[in-house]
Amino acid sequence: MARAPLFLAREGYRRRRLADMARLLPVLGAALFLVPALDARDGLGSGMLIYLFSAWFGLILASAFVSARLARAAPSEGADPSAEPAAEPPEEAS
Amino acid sequence: MIAFDMLVAICLFYVAILFGVAFLAERGGRRGSNAWLRSPLVYTLSLSVYCTAWTFYGAVGYAARSGLEFVTIYLGPTLVLIGWWWTLRKLVRIGKTQRITSIADLISSRYGKSNMLGVIVTLIAVVGTTPYIALQLQSVTLSFAVFAAAGAPGPWQLVDLNAAAFSVAIGLAVFTVFFGTRNLDANERHHGVVTAIAVEAVVKLIALLAVGIFVVWGIGGGAQATLDRIEASPLAGMPVAPGRWIGLTFLAGAAILTLPRMFQVLVVENEDERHLATAAWAFPGYVFLMSLFVVPIAAIGLAEMPPGANPDLFVLTLPLAQGRDGLATLAFLGGFSSATSMVIVAAIALSTMVSNHIVMPLFLHWTRSGATMSGDVRTLVLRARRLSIGGVLLLGYLYYRLTGGSEALAEIGLISFAGVAQVLPALLGGILWRGATRAGALAGLTVGFSLWAYTLFLPSFGEGAVMSAGLLADGPWGIGWLRPQGLFGLDGLDPLVHAVVFSMGANALAFTLVSLFDFPGPMERLQAAQFVNVFDHSPAGQGWSQGRAEAEDLLLMAQRILGADDAQRLFQRAAADQGKQGYLPDTTPEFLRGLERKLAGSVGAATAHAMVGQIVGRSSVSVEDLMKVADETAQMMEYSSQLEAKSEELARTARQLREVNEKLTELSVQKDAFLSQISHELRTPMTSIRAFSEILMEDDALPPERLADYSRIIHQESMRLTRLLDDLLDLSVLENGQVSLHPQPVSLSDLLDRSVAAAGGRSGRAPMAIRRDPAAERVDLVTDGDRLSQVFINLVSNAQKYCDAADPVLTISVTEVEGRVAVDFVDNGSGIPDRSQSIIFEKFSRLSDPRKAGGAGLGLAICREIMVRLGGSIVYLPGRGGAAFRVTLPSRCAEAA
Amino acid sequence: MDKRVLLIEDEPNIIEAIRFILARDGWRVDTHADGTTAFDRVAETRPDIVILDVMLPGRSGFDILRDIRADAGLGGLPVLMLTAKGQVKDRDLAERMGASRFMAKPFSNTEVLASVRELTGA
Repeated sequence: MARAPLFLAREGYRRRRLADMARLLPVLGAALFLVPALDARDGLGSGMLIYLFSAWFGLILASAFVSARLARAAPSEGADPSAEPAAEPPEEAS
Repeated sequence: MIAFDMLVAICLFYVAILFGVAFLAERGGRRGSNAWLRSPLVYTLSLSVYCTAWTFYGAVGYAARSGLEFVTIYLGPTLVLIGWWWTLRKLVRIGKTQRITSIADLISSRYGKSNMLGVIVTLIAVVGTTPYIALQLQSVTLSFAVFAAAGAPGPWQLVDLNAAAFSVAIGLAVFTVFFGTRNLDANERHHGVVTAIAVEAVVKLIALLAVGIFVVWGIGGGAQATLDRIEASPLAGMPVAPGRWIGLTFLAGAAILTLPRMFQVLVVENEDERHLATAAWAFPGYVFLMSLFVVPIAAIGLAEMPPGANPDLFVLTLPLAQGRDGLATLAFLGGFSSATSMVIVAAIALSTMVSNHIVMPLFLHWTRSGATMSGDVRTLVLRARRLSIGGVLLLGYLYYRLTGGSEALAEIGLISFAGVAQVLPALLGGILWRGATRAGALAGLTVGFSLWAYTLFLPSFGEGAVMSAGLLADGPWGIGWLRPQGLFGLDGLDPLVHAVVFSMGANALAFTLVSLFDFPGPMERLQAAQFVNVFDHSPAGQGWSQGRAEAEDLLLMAQRILGADDAQRLFQRAAADQGKQGYLPDTTPEFLRGLERKLAGSVGAATAHAMVGQIVGRSSVSVEDLMKVADETAQMMEYSSQLEAKSEELARTARQLREVNEKLTELSVQKDAFLSQISHELRTPMTSIRAFSEILMEDDALPPERLADYSRIIHQESMRLTRLLDDLLDLSVLENGQVSLHPQPVSLSDLLDRSVAAAGGRSGRAPMAIRRDPAAERVDLVTDGDRLSQVFINLVSNAQKYCDAADPVLTISVTEVEGRVAVDFVDNGSGIPDRSQSIIFEKFSRLSDPRKAGGAGLGLAICREIMVRLGGSIVYLPGRGGAAFRVTLPSRCAEAA
Repeated sequence: MDKRVLLIEDEPNIIEAIRFILARDGWRVDTHADGTTAFDRVAETRPDIVILDVMLPGRSGFDILRDIRADAGLGGLPVLMLTAKGQVKDRDLAERMGASRFMAKPFSNTEVLASVRELTGA
């Protein structure tokens, strides 16, 4: 397989960082959603309720932001499917 | 209070609308119009089949019983959806490139098109989904019961509730059969069903939001007041159990990937990969809204409703208790939508799996004679699907009747989740890990599913139902550490968490270990590469080698599955692509691969492979496959070999350029050397001429003998110059091919006589003896005698100049060699050293000092040119004692004599 | 005045011409025709000036010049080089290697004489 170039053009670089964000989001989400498990032994307060739904809502907004930009940055369907793996970091493929 | 009959009428009307929507969408989808049908919004809404009646009714009940824990059922899918870049994107891509029809098909296809795995996953799916379908039927009947109880109490109630469940099941079956088995190719997608589900998604969201808003602002007295009431409610005191919290989040996340209905809408019905990007936030948004009012409804329900009221029905009973019939009806429709959409999609997904992985293989097994010999496969597949749909719904209804519809909704849902989640290791391992094998998947699924049944599913029927109380309490045969809900003595765990930890843990462990120690077959390895590296690979599949397949048989079979028109079109196009007329293309591997994939869309990969295999005469792996697998990086190899070819081409060009350059350089060097030689050869005699002429001019007092000497030198050197110029001209004329030859009959002996005479004697040395054989020389030739004698003269005079023997002898012999006349000139001198023999015919290749030569070293070069022009040759003969040259005359010269 | 010239040249007529010109002017002229032994001859005769042809049988005039310049005892010996090739690169090469003068054949007699005189300071 061709070696991916070491440095990418600005656009490609942006796209990779967007993909990084998309990968990080669920990790962040899992961390946020763990909080009630750690701190709700004494029952469900309205504070926790508000926290949980706020975190949830924030994640949805973040996902909307990242996904919309990723979809725009990604090559259109069928246009050049081979362009995708080039931007794919190897760790996912293995 | 709304009349029960009225409710039934509304319900029927609603169903009619759904039929209409599905019908229109189906027609639009076939026409290819209705762009909005293919919008990401419809895709997102169709994902809402995740939110079943369990969500609609059960979430509130769940919250009322366990507090905030219900929300984990939505947090898991939220994490999976916002993490779409990790797995969903890949799943969808694989689903598209491999034309996957169901999750069982995916697993089967990934692990070498193993039908065994397909069957197991199908069984897991059926066992896991049946309680869930029962749950939906139960919720619909319960909601009917609410209205019935409140409206028209009467003797029909209990009897007819079962009848209602039955008629709902029948209605759903009809709808599903009608819209779910219209077209056979699952990949052509069910536009009608998807659109109807999108409509239902909107209805249930609006209904739940309406109830929530009514509860918060209508009953609760606003947001802050409601929050206060939540704080005051029993919910506030319910702790979150960390184990359950994490376990349930995981389970829900797994479920959205492995639930057959979710796989159906997420992967199979997906129109466009980019829709995922929208669903990535819109679906979490949807479930967010669905759960937003769950806690308020639960808290206020608990406060407002009489103790003992079923919290699972608060969504209905709260508005009813407040006299809001319209809202209650809307809520009812929302619950109805949730239940029906789930059942429809689940039935489609399950029926596809059952017909592709159980019915069709069985059918193929029974009709070993071949698919072409038996009846119409297309009808058979459709019938199999319809029967499967009926069967699935019947199973659900039976389960509902058997369990009596008494459990809390939430627990059934979770048990179901844990069951289908057993597919997760095989699924994720299959798309992320090349090393995952069929045996590993089999081991993991079997172990996981068995443990799930043992620790969770069977105990869920209650003590004494399937498992005896003694077994549950003391373990089988009294072995305590084998107790279903306390394996290895882990009693402290929540039964669900216990089951999940053990079943999933053992599943993943078995899957991994067996895969690690197993060696996969070629087909598996091929599919592994195709799945795991789906983004790298072009969608080229596993090949059929060109076999004995008769195109006609294939066409017959394809017609039965795809329908006559579609199949004929497909074959005609393939034939046209091959440059052929008619319907029968050559059965090339490409064509077979394409056909198999097309069929796979209808009957699943394993079945399609088997069917094509039956006709082609083999269903195993081709040599081509084996070779592909032999190096698992066939594609990479191709790519790198392309690069190699390219660089080879470049290297070739470079080499050519280098050669040309070398040639040019050489030519240039030769030219320089030639010019330099010419210059030297011209300047040397001119130097003498000039020097002596100056002496003659300046010095009047020269003695007469000096005068004579110097004049002679001038003359000598002038002659040398003239000779040089003559030779140069001669050579240039010969080399340019401008020489005009005058062939005429001549006698070889005459030519030799003339030449020996012209060569003259040796100045100031012993005369050279020349031996000849007059008899052999009697050969008549037709050639340019002057040119030939020029060669002879040169050779004789060379011998005279360079022969260093005390008694020089030159032997001239004439022989016939291979039908040609050869004239050899051999002297008895020391000859020409080996290293010089190759260059003597080059220009200016004078070997000894110039005093003896008296020429410019062009003689032999001229001889060679002349002989080439005459059609003969001149070569040096090594190993003849002295210098030896052979002049070979062209045969035609001799013949002409 | 009894200055000695060593003429290293292989063309007999040219030897004869130069010998005549220089002898007439009172020089003692030694000649040598073989390239391979030329340097030994130079070291042996220790002339006041060497006239050196470039194209010699056996060894190039340039090689002989290099040896002369490299020799401690002969380093300062004036060397007049003659060449019949008359190419610019030969002239450059000769100058770089320390030829005292470089003349292309055919030369003028007076020029040769003048050069020899000048180089020996006579």
